[in-house]
Amino acid sequence: MSKRLVVIGDGMVGRRFLEAVTQRDPSWDVTVLCEEPRPAYDRVRLSAFFDGVSAEELSLASDLDGVTVRLGEAAVAVDRDAKVVRSASAEYPYDKLVFATGSYAFVPPMEGADLDGVFVYRTIEDLEAIKARAAGRRHGVVIGGGLLGLEAANALTLLGLETQIVEFAPWLMARQLDEAGGGVLKQHIEKLGIKVDCGTGGTAIEARDGRLHMTTNRDGLAFDTDLIVFAAGVRPRDQLARDCGIAVGERGGITTDLSCATSDPDVYAIGEVAAMEGVCYGLVAPGYSMAEVVADRLAGGEATFPGADLSTKLKLLGVDVAQFGAFDGPLATTYLDPANGTYAKLVLSDDAQTLLGGMLVGNAEPYPLLRASVGGKVPGNLADLLSSGEVEGTLPDAAQVCSCNAVTKGQIMGAISEGCCDVAEIKACTKAGTSCGSCVPMLKQLLAEGGVEVSKAVCEHFTQSRAELFDIVKVTGITTFSELIARHGTGAGCDLCKPTVASILASLGGGHILDGEQAALQDTNDHFLANMQRNGTYSVVPRIPGGEITPDKLIVIGEVAKEFDLYTKITGGQRIDMFGARVEDLPKIWRKLVDAGFESGHAYGKALRTVKSCVGTDWCRYGVQDSVKMAIDLELRYRGLRSPHKLKSAVSGCARECAEARGKDFGIIATEDGWNLYVGGNGGFTPRHADLLVSDVDSETLVRTIDRFLMFYVATADRLQRTSKWVEALEGGIDYLREVIVDDRLGICAELDAAMAEHVANYADEWKGVIDDPEKLQRFVSFVNSPETPDPSIEFETVRGQKFPAGTTARSHSGPVLLGTPERK
Amino acid sequence: MTDARFEAVCAFDRLIPGRGVAALLADGAQVAVFRLADDSLHALSNRDPFMGANVMSRGLVGDRGGEPVVTSPLLKQAFALKTGECLDDPAASLEVYAVEVADGEVRVGAKVAVGAAA
Ligand code: SRM
Ligand SMILES: Cc1cc2nc3c(=O)[nH]c(=O)nc-3n(C[C@H](O)[C@H](O)[C@H](O)COP(=O)(O)OP(=O)(O)OC[C@H]3O[C@@H](n4cnc5c(N)ncnc54)[C@H](O)[C@@H]3O)c2cc1C
Ligand code: SF4
Ligand code: FES
Repeated sequence: MSKRLVVIGDGMVGRRFLEAVTQRDPSWDVTVLCEEPRPAYDRVRLSAFFDGVSAEELSLASDLDGVTVRLGEAAVAVDRDAKVVRSASAEYPYDKLVFATGSYAFVPPMEGADLDGVFVYRTIEDLEAIKARAAGRRHGVVIGGGLLGLEAANALTLLGLETQIVEFAPWLMARQLDEAGGGVLKQHIEKLGIKVDCGTGGTAIEARDGRLHMTTNRDGLAFDTDLIVFAAGVRPRDQLARDCGIAVGERGGITTDLSCATSDPDVYAIGEVAAMEGVCYGLVAPGYSMAEVVADRLAGGEATFPGADLSTKLKLLGVDVAQFGAFDGPLATTYLDPANGTYAKLVLSDDAQTLLGGMLVGNAEPYPLLRASVGGKVPGNLADLLSSGEVEGTLPDAAQVCSCNAVTKGQIMGAISEGCCDVAEIKACTKAGTSCGSCVPMLKQLLAEGGVEVSKAVCEHFTQSRAELFDIVKVTGITTFSELIARHGTGAGCDLCKPTVASILASLGGGHILDGEQAALQDTNDHFLANMQRNGTYSVVPRIPGGEITPDKLIVIGEVAKEFDLYTKITGGQRIDMFGARVEDLPKIWRKLVDAGFESGHAYGKALRTVKSCVGTDWCRYGVQDSVKMAIDLELRYRGLRSPHKLKSAVSGCARECAEARGKDFGIIATEDGWNLYVGGNGGFTPRHADLLVSDVDSETLVRTIDRFLMFYVATADRLQRTSKWVEALEGGIDYLREVIVDDRLGICAELDAAMAEHVANYADEWKGVIDDPEKLQRFVSFVNSPETPDPSIEFETVRGQKFPAGTTARSHSGPVLLGTPERK
Repeated sequence: MTDARFEAVCAFDRLIPGRGVAALLADGAQVAVFRLADDSLHALSNRDPFMGANVMSRGLVGDRGGEPVVTSPLLKQAFALKTGECLDDPAASLEVYAVEVADGEVRVGAKVAVGAAA
């Protein structure tokens, strides 16, 4: 006969235990008594229920072999002599028994606490009842200002209620924060319209005219409200264990040793109900450890409870709060910035050398770093760390820097200490930075951290930075690369300096990018005015300003794609990309596109990409300005502008921001009175929201400000420095930028305006320039000695009805993956 | 020199200093031919050994520490024009071909053993 295991409670920890035990030792015959009407669900995410996440989505249950779940059936007694658990309707014999009964919400003894309209916050049923009560009503009180209370308050505001928090302790989250931290948190919460009274306890509740009236311990303070939620702490559900004589702790909870065994060796306790060596843990992670310990023990193992890390980080009502390690200690340093609503405290050893713990309110960015550093040296400069949360250069060694190649900071620092002294050498030694290249800026920072001075030199051929080269070209009027390198550099140049100089020459009005010597400088993509793909074919991206396109033009794209057998895809930039074009087809494709009125989209260039738009006032009921027209105007104005890196923009017709303008290098959001301009946004590897540069300006001011912003960036940024990094690197940041391009502090605005005027006047479509020029057309062949022959090594295959590079299927499936229903004959 | 194994590929003037072209040899091999600023010529296999596409002729040329190189247009590894060796990964290399100019024509010959070409 197989061994019988009974588990009381199918909560988060009970469920984890079931999974662990069935995996390790499937020979158990398991019965679970589950008092709730549904199997285990994610209680930690309970509040998401009010965000529209359904009970099914919260469910953690799955069918496990050998496990019978008795839904809606509570254990009412345990007979340890007979080794049976009884419910109201049945008896379940056991060889081993596990208590996983969790906690119940604590309701302080108070008159009226059992009235209609008074709730706790623990189960899905509780939340359903709160929701039903709140319908059509307007005010709610939460008793308790800890983690749970703040979550409950958030929930009530989501239900549209005016919300009042009453907390007995002198400040909010008193278990995680000190007085100053609690104070900053209170500021944030009050800004959201939630009222907070600390040092206050409810004394009695009575029903009045269909509502509730609660008096407090403070003279004259009472609340008339529609519903009251108790979130005043939890207590372990240990009654059943007490009743059958199992030992419980002084302050409640079933006493266990480090193996989770209770005073009866055949009975275990795990999760919130367990008082592990006298301590109850109110978090799920320690409970999960206990579940693993017991599963191991039942399989004959020797596991013991490894201890718990009670660090927490959460976003409550949009406010970051984190606490880690020790709460207090011999030495503490604090940082308070009431204006920005941030507070930080670090607890240190008495020699100030070791970080023991701390707390963060308002900005929890340094949390991962600090938490990882507990018990070790304080990372970085304390003042910087606390004020800005800058963690760059002070990441823990285990942090992954290059995600493409799974290289950690530790490995990179190791390579640096073994003598790697530039990015190329780090690439060669560690493979970091060799795939997508997104982590290269981080590699430079790590070089600096490792004591290697990183120069701004463009490459080994020029000691100058890009901005310096820009100035040299401007001042000397040099128009060729060969002259520049002869006079100001060394050697023959390379794939770094050549395109950089090509871009500078183009920004300063250098004619067609494939003219004369310039042709030899362009990166491959610029050389063929298209992006090279993995198999040596190219992509074709016509400009679709603002994402607006006529049906006729759509048809042309369709026809061209069909004629040349191109893969088509809608891009993330509101236009259409055609892939798989052979180099010799590019001019023919573009001839058709140009004839139909299309232009180069510069998808290949360090230049303006797209200005995305939303429909704005044209169609949208919320639009307050014509965002589409503005997007088209801006895209046409800045098309073809060569810059240190690509430029992206978007225009949204109202604050709902459907065009995602704040993720762009320059983003525009319509207001009732005009436009707000945001600059320095970025998606990609390190996303950053753009900062507000000017607000409520008219269209003319808007365009003038963007002109100057772009030209100032083009003149002063480093090679491949997006505007986000450029703005961050400007000493004085956005305020300085505003002084320069709005207030004209440096007196250069006239020059910036003139430079942009020249760009606008001289713009000409690059592709048109090629297809009308037989000499430039010559290079669009696979073989110089056989212009008609396509590259025979390029092969395609068909996937989802379109063509792909040969080998696509093999690359994308390591094993059979079936996402849809197989086709039937 | 009129070695029968040399094949004419194009007029020398057709080449832009600092760039390459690809040629298809009679035996089906694809060769990238580069003309440098000093008018010297280099011919190497056109196949990028990392991605397998025949695109080396479209890479940028220049030098690394004085050594003339071409950079793959795909993942940007540098290859020595004289030896074909990859400077970023010693395990990879390009084959080197003999190349000459005769009567204004660029002509590509047989593969050269690496080292001999240097
Ligand atoms: C086609 C497209 C993906 C798609 O199928 O949707 C795409 C494709 C490429 N992206 Fe992108 N990106 C595309 C939208 C985006 C977006 C979204 C957007 O623009 O709204 C982003 C994030 C926004 C941003 O840039 O801030 C984006 C962030 C990147 C990055 C990371 C930039 C960064 O600052 O971290 C790179 C790498 C780089 O530029 O160095 C990149 C590079 C590339 C390259 C050029 C990679 C390459 O060298 O082959 C791809 C070229 C495709 C081609 O041959 O045409 N792509 N890429 C999108 C083209 C939009 C367009 O119409 O022009
Ligand atoms: C709103 C909310 C937010 C939270 N947020 C976090 C958080 O961010 N991070 C974190 O770590 N923790 C959080 N917690 C705490 C976390 O949910 C608990 O630590 C975790 O659920 C404990 O798991 P458990 O299995 O021990 O208890 P529970 O999940 O409570 O499960 C116990 C189960 O046993 C059942 N039961 C009890 N007695 C019997 C009986 N006699 N017969 C049958 N069944 C019985 C109960 O009905 C219950 O279903 C939060 C809790 C709540 C309520
Ligand atoms: S941003 Fe505003 S105007 Fe534009 S589509 Fe969204 S809601 Fe409408
Ligand atoms: S993250 Fe390092 S190369 Fe992509």
